[in-house]
Amino acid sequence: MELTTFWFILIAVLWIGYLVLEGFDFGVGMLVGVLAQDDKERRVLINTIGPLWDGNEVWLLVAGGATFAAFPEWYATLFSGFYLPLFLILIALIVRGVAFEFRGKRTTRAWRRNWDTAIVFGSAVPALLWGVALANIVHGVPIAENKEYVGSFFDLLNPYALLGGVVTLTVFFVHGCVFVALKTVGDIRTRATKLGLKVGVAAAVPAVAFVVWTGLDQDKLTVWLFGLLAVIAYVAALGLALKGRELLAFAATSAAIAFVAVMLFVGLFPDVMPSSLDSAWNLTTTNAASTHYTLVIMSWVAVVFTPIVLMYQSWSYWVFRKRIGVQHIPTEVLAK
Amino acid sequence: MDALEIAQWQFGITTVYHFFFVPITIGTSFLVAGLQTAWFRTHKEKYLRLTKFFGKLFLINFALGVATGIVQEFQFGMNWSDYSRFVGDIFGAPLAIEGLLAFFLESTFLGLWIFGWDRLTPKLHLMTIWIAAIGTLLSSYFILAANSFMQNPVGFEFNADKGRAELTDFGAVLTNKVLLVTFPHQILACFMVAGAFVGGIAMWQIIRHPDRDIEAFRTAFKLGAVTLLVSGLGTIVSGDFQGKVMTEVQPMKMAAAEGLYETSEPAPFSILTIGTLDGSKEVYKLEIPRLLSYLGTGSFDEKVEGINSLQTQYEQLYGPGEYAPNIPVSYWTFRIMITLGAVAMAAGVWMLWATRRGRAPTSRWMLRAAIALPFLPLFANSFGWIFTEMGRQPWIVFGLMRTSDGVSPGTTTTEVLTSLIGFTAIYGVLAVIEVKLLLMYIQRGLPDLPTDVPDDDDSDAPLAFAY
Repeated sequence: MELTTFWFILIAVLWIGYLVLEGFDFGVGMLVGVLAQDDKERRVLINTIGPLWDGNEVWLLVAGGATFAAFPEWYATLFSGFYLPLFLILIALIVRGVAFEFRGKRTTRAWRRNWDTAIVFGSAVPALLWGVALANIVHGVPIAENKEYVGSFFDLLNPYALLGGVVTLTVFFVHGCVFVALKTVGDIRTRATKLGLKVGVAAAVPAVAFVVWTGLDQDKLTVWLFGLLAVIAYVAALGLALKGRELLAFAATSAAIAFVAVMLFVGLFPDVMPSSLDSAWNLTTTNAASTHYTLVIMSWVAVVFTPIVLMYQSWSYWVFRKRIGVQHIPTEVLAK
Repeated sequence: MDALEIAQWQFGITTVYHFFFVPITIGTSFLVAGLQTAWFRTHKEKYLRLTKFFGKLFLINFALGVATGIVQEFQFGMNWSDYSRFVGDIFGAPLAIEGLLAFFLESTFLGLWIFGWDRLTPKLHLMTIWIAAIGTLLSSYFILAANSFMQNPVGFEFNADKGRAELTDFGAVLTNKVLLVTFPHQILACFMVAGAFVGGIAMWQIIRHPDRDIEAFRTAFKLGAVTLLVSGLGTIVSGDFQGKVMTEVQPMKMAAAEGLYETSEPAPFSILTIGTLDGSKEVYKLEIPRLLSYLGTGSFDEKVEGINSLQTQYEQLYGPGEYAPNIPVSYWTFRIMITLGAVAMAAGVWMLWATRRGRAPTSRWMLRAAIALPFLPLFANSFGWIFTEMGRQPWIVFGLMRTSDGVSPGTTTTEVLTSLIGFTAIYGVLAVIEVKLLLMYIQRGLPDLPTDVPDDDDSDAPLAFAY
C-alpha cells in the first residue's frame, strides 16, 4: 500500500474516533439543556463525561495535526477555506471546555445557568457544523487551480451540506441519550432512553436521506455498502435501546456513526478535497501529500504510539465505568 | 489595516494570551505533583490540603489553556495557509507528534487525576499527575522544535518544482541548536512562573491570614521561593547560551535587541537609552563596555555585527527589502524580560529573608510584592516571546519565507477581522472570569479534607470529585 493511502486511512480513523467519542459528549452537552430537570441532574449528565471529554477532543487535535503533517495542502485549503465555520467551532469549543471546568466552581443559579447555556451552545454548534464541513469536503467545493478555496461562506451552506449537519446534530443527540442511559442510574436513565428513541425515530429520516444522497452523489458500490451498514446499525441501535440493552445500543450507535464516516471517506478517496469547478484541480492523496520521507517518519510514530494511546484511554474509560445518579452528586445549596 | 496586519495581530493576541496559561500549567503541574508526593511519603495532612488547594488553582488555569490551545493549531491553516503549504512537510510533523504523544497523555491522565481520587489506589493516583506533568514537557519540546525551525531552519531542502521546503533530516530538526538552548530556557522560565505563583499566593496568605494554616503556607512559600530562585539562576545561564546561539544564527535579532547600528569591536551592552533608538538623537545612554561582545560570542573582545552592515549583507543575499525588525520593540521587550525576571528573583530573596527562622512579615509593601510576584516572571515570559517572534521579522521562517508571503491569500479582511474581534472579546470575558475565580479560591484558603468513605461500584456515596 502507498504511504499516502495509509495516511488517508489513518486520518479517516482519527476522524471516526473523534466523531464517535466526542459525538456522545456533544450529545450529553445538548441534553444538559433538555433532559435534566434540576441542577443535580444536570451535574449527573456532566459528570458522565467529566473525566472523558477532554481526551475525546484530542482526537480532533491529532486529526488536525496529522492532516497538517501528511497532507499540508489539504490542511491549508480546508482550514483557510472553511474559515468562518471553523471560527464558530473554535468559539464553541472554547466556551464549552471552560464551562465544564468552571460551572461547578460557584453556587449561584445565574452562574450555573450561564455556563449551562455555554455547554448546550458549545455542544450543538460543532455537532451541526462538523456535519456541514464533512459533507462539503466529500461533495466538493469551489477550489481554483492554485489550490485555494474561492467560494464564500454561503457556498458552504448548500442543501446537501446542511442535511449532513442535521444528521450529525441529531445522531449525536441520540448517541448522547444512549450513552446517558448506559452511564446513569435512576429516573434519568429511563428518560434518556425514551428521549433517545423518540428523537432517534425522527432522526432516521434525514439520516437515510443523507445516506441515499451520498450514494447517488458518489456513485460507488462501496459507498452504498457502508451506507447500508450504517442504516442497519442505526436501526439495530433503536431496537436494542427499546429492549433496554444499553451497552449494545451504545455500540450500535457508535457503529452507525463510524459507518457513516467510513462511507464519506470511501466516497472521498482518492481525493482529499475535490474541486467543484474542475476535477483537474482536485486535491488528492498524491498532490496534497508530504514527502515520502516525512510520511515514513510519521508512520513509525503513529504505529508505535497509537496503540499505547488506545490502551491508556481505554483504561481510563474502564476506571470510570461506574454508573452515576443523583445520589452520587454532593449536596450543595444554590444561592439566587 | 489589511488582512496581513490583522492576521499578525490575531496571532499575537491569541498566542500571548494562550501563553499566560502555559507556563503556569507546566511549572505548577510539577509543584503539585511534588506536594502530592510529599503527602504520599509522609501522610502529613498539610501536604494533601496544599495539593488540593494549588491543584484547584492549577485546573482553573489549565481549563483556559486547553480551550485556547485549539486555536493555536487551527490558525496556521486559517490565517497562514501559504505558510502551511510551504513548511507543512516539516512543521506539521512536530505538531502531530505533540498531539499524539503529549495531548492525549495530558488530557487522559489529568482526567484520571481530577476524578480519580476515590477510583485509584493512592500510588496509581499519584502517578497520574506525574505522567500529566511529563506530558507538558513533551508538549513543550515538540512545539519548540517547530518554532526553532522558524528561527533557524535546518534539516530541509528547498524544492523549487513544488515551491516548498521539504524535510531531509528529522533528527536535525529535533536537535536544532536553537531548540537545544530554548527548551531549557523556556522550561526553567515556566518553573520561575510556578514558583512565583505558589510563593506569591502563600506569602499573601501568611500576611493576610496569619491565624490560618500558617505552617502549611510557610512550607508552600519556601517551595515556591526556592523554585523561583533556583530556576531563575538556570534561566539566566540558559539565556546566556541562547544569546550566543542567537547571535550566531540570527545576528540581526541581537543587533536589534541592542539598537546596535554600527558593527562594534568590542561591543558594549546598552542598559538604557533615552531618546530615539535610531541613534540620531541620544539624550542619555548608559552602557557597560564589552558586555555585548561577551553575551553574543563568549569573548569580551569579539566583533558584534550592527544593523546597518547586516542590512547590506542581507540585501546582497535576499534582494532589496527591509531586513531589520522593529527596533524599539526588540530593544525594550528584551530589556523588560530581563528586568522582570531579575526583579522577581530579588523579591524572592527579600521574602525568604523576611521569613527566616519563623519570622512572619506583616508589612504592606510585602503584601503588595506578594501580589505582584506571580505576574513578574509571567510577563517576562510574554515579553520574551514577543521579542523572539517580532525579532525574527520580516521573516516567518528565517531566510526562507517572509511573513507577508505566508498569509492566506483567499481569506478576506472581513473574515480575519471577524475572528480577531470574536477571539479578543471572548478571551477578554474569560480572563475576567478566570481571575475572579482564582481570587475567590485563593481567598478561601486551604480546603478541609473530606472524611474517607469506602467506595465500590455499587456504593451510593457521593463522588470524591464532581463537576
